[in-house]
Amino acid sequence: MYHLNSVTKIYTRRGQTVTALDDTTLEIPDNDFVAVIGPSGSGKTTLLSVLGGMLAPTTGQVLLGGESLYDLPIEDRTALRGTKIGFVFQSFNLIPWLTACENVQIPLVLAGESADRQRTRALEMLDRVGLADRTDHRPAELSQGQQQRVALARTLANDPQVILADEPTGNLDSETREQVMAYLTEFHQDGRTIVMVTHDPATAAYANRTIRLDSGVAKSIGNPKAA
Amino acid sequence: MTLRSLIWKELWQRPTPMLTSLLAVTLGVTALVAIQNITVFSERKIAGDMESLGANVLVLPPSITLQDYYAADMHGQTMPEEYVTRLALARMPGVQNLAPKLCVEASVDTIPVTLTGILPRSEFQAKSAWQGIGLITNAVGSDRGCCPTATSLGGDDDPSSLATTRSIQDLGEHELILGADLATQLGAGVGDELNMLGADFQVLSVLPATGTIDDGRVFAHLHTVQRLSESGPVVNVIEIMACCEDAAGSLITDLATELPETRIVTIAQVVETQVAVNGLMSRLSWVFFSILLLVGGASIASVMYANVTERRKEIGTLMALGASRRFVTRMFLGKATLLGVAGGIGGFLVGTVLASVLGPQLLGVSVRPMPGLLAIGIVTATLVAVAASFLPARRAAGLDPCLVFNDT
Repeated sequence: MYHLNSVTKIYTRRGQTVTALDDTTLEIPDNDFVAVIGPSGSGKTTLLSVLGGMLAPTTGQVLLGGESLYDLPIEDRTALRGTKIGFVFQSFNLIPWLTACENVQIPLVLAGESADRQRTRALEMLDRVGLADRTDHRPAELSQGQQQRVALARTLANDPQVILADEPTGNLDSETREQVMAYLTEFHQDGRTIVMVTHDPATAAYANRTIRLDSGVAKSIGNPKAA
Repeated sequence: MTLRSLIWKELWQRPTPMLTSLLAVTLGVTALVAIQNITVFSERKIAGDMESLGANVLVLPPSITLQDYYAADMHGQTMPEEYVTRLALARMPGVQNLAPKLCVEASVDTIPVTLTGILPRSEFQAKSAWQGIGLITNAVGSDRGCCPTATSLGGDDDPSSLATTRSIQDLGEHELILGADLATQLGAGVGDELNMLGADFQVLSVLPATGTIDDGRVFAHLHTVQRLSESGPVVNVIEIMACCEDAAGSLITDLATELPETRIVTIAQVVETQVAVNGLMSRLSWVFFSILLLVGGASIASVMYANVTERRKEIGTLMALGASRRFVTRMFLGKATLLGVAGGIGGFLVGTVLASVLGPQLLGVSVRPMPGLLAIGIVTATLVAVAASFLPARRAAGLDPCLVFNDT
């Protein structure tokens, strides 16, 4: 699925140079479930941004399905993100003035789906995450766990092959965290590839394997599940 | 859900700043519509008034000061009738008709009356020297401004047309026309015989009431009045029907040059003043419009910038989910378009209502909606709103979608 070939990302901020990714070579096969761990500032989110086609590396190549992501024009990369990649965010990033159903519809709006198809698919996804009775609620009217489940439904709306999750349980209590991770595991079992950034070892344990990033250098540290 | 519904929902989510901007745009269009509306209908009213007035230039003896337009011939001073010939031969552009008048005191059955001698148009046509000129026979009125049309000038042979056109086609030497009030006072009607200045006359027509001094007059042939009053070939006034554009322009100068020994009195000055006021109002309306639209545009730009800053994460999320830069740009410009159209329509409605209320009160002008101003209002307000939102929209479209993540 993903192949990162000697990827380096260097930022220059306020006159200081920061190497967020340092000559990282990484293979993420189809239907993999990878947890990326590491201390703050280690480059986890940079890795996620690079994988999401949102941040061009300074050097190196990122292949998605054999296609060089950053050789594509920006509009094509955006379109690719809309069809192949789904995101899960720590703070859910729901649009506060839209209902749960409308939030789930957003990727479908961007994909140009018809209004009927949007609504049908959104209701289907909300039902899948157990929120069939909350479709017309706005985010502020939902609990944190429910908001993250709406975000999961939104992620699934376009049936992406890859899900990039940034601290998906960071804002959740333990019970809700298990619920969300159960859904992510289910999505993985559907055949999707999941790359999840987390601080939490318990959350990382849901993944097939864990990559540790330290000062921009990626090291595979094995398979927690196997352990 | 569509881009349009997204814009609409977002707009109502944060209505206050947008409504403030909308107000400025609306005020700009309101000022334009209200002032333009009043100005245009004021101009039309002036044009209508000028046309209904008939003659709009008077040639008087030099010592006369005009107090009442309709009593311009009742001052007792005279000037040679030959001036009429000179004016006709001069063929001045804009002169549509000439109506010389001589006014004398007379009585009918001991009732004092004002006998006014007028020259019928047939008299002009009979004079061979004038036939070549085609002054009256070929009226060349146009539809521009208050210029009388050919129809309004000469097509009507009804004697009562004197009340409105200040001239009459035919009038016999022993025929007369009575003003409405005088006819009532005398109890006389069409066909009745009346004696004045020792001569018998037959009533040809009774004029409709005009609300002017003419209602108390009796009109007879100019040459008959001259003969009976023994005043000779003189007149008190020559009324000229002229296109008001010409009356406000070079015609007066031409007349003064042609007849330096007369006093030219015209309502052209009034026309000029009113036209100047209207022109000033019209220009001011564009100034107000421009200023208020600029304020509105600045307000929209400011609000849009704030909106982009406020919605950074939202925009980033949309971009992460697949929203292109074009989509984000359209989202903001769509909102600006909506504000512009709403401001244009709102301004047109408020401006029209304002003009409808203020027009009759301030200027005695009734106004009606002018669809052309709706189009101008909508197009201009939309252009300003879109232009003001262009840079904020570009800024939004240029946001880094990575900002959706918690750290980098």
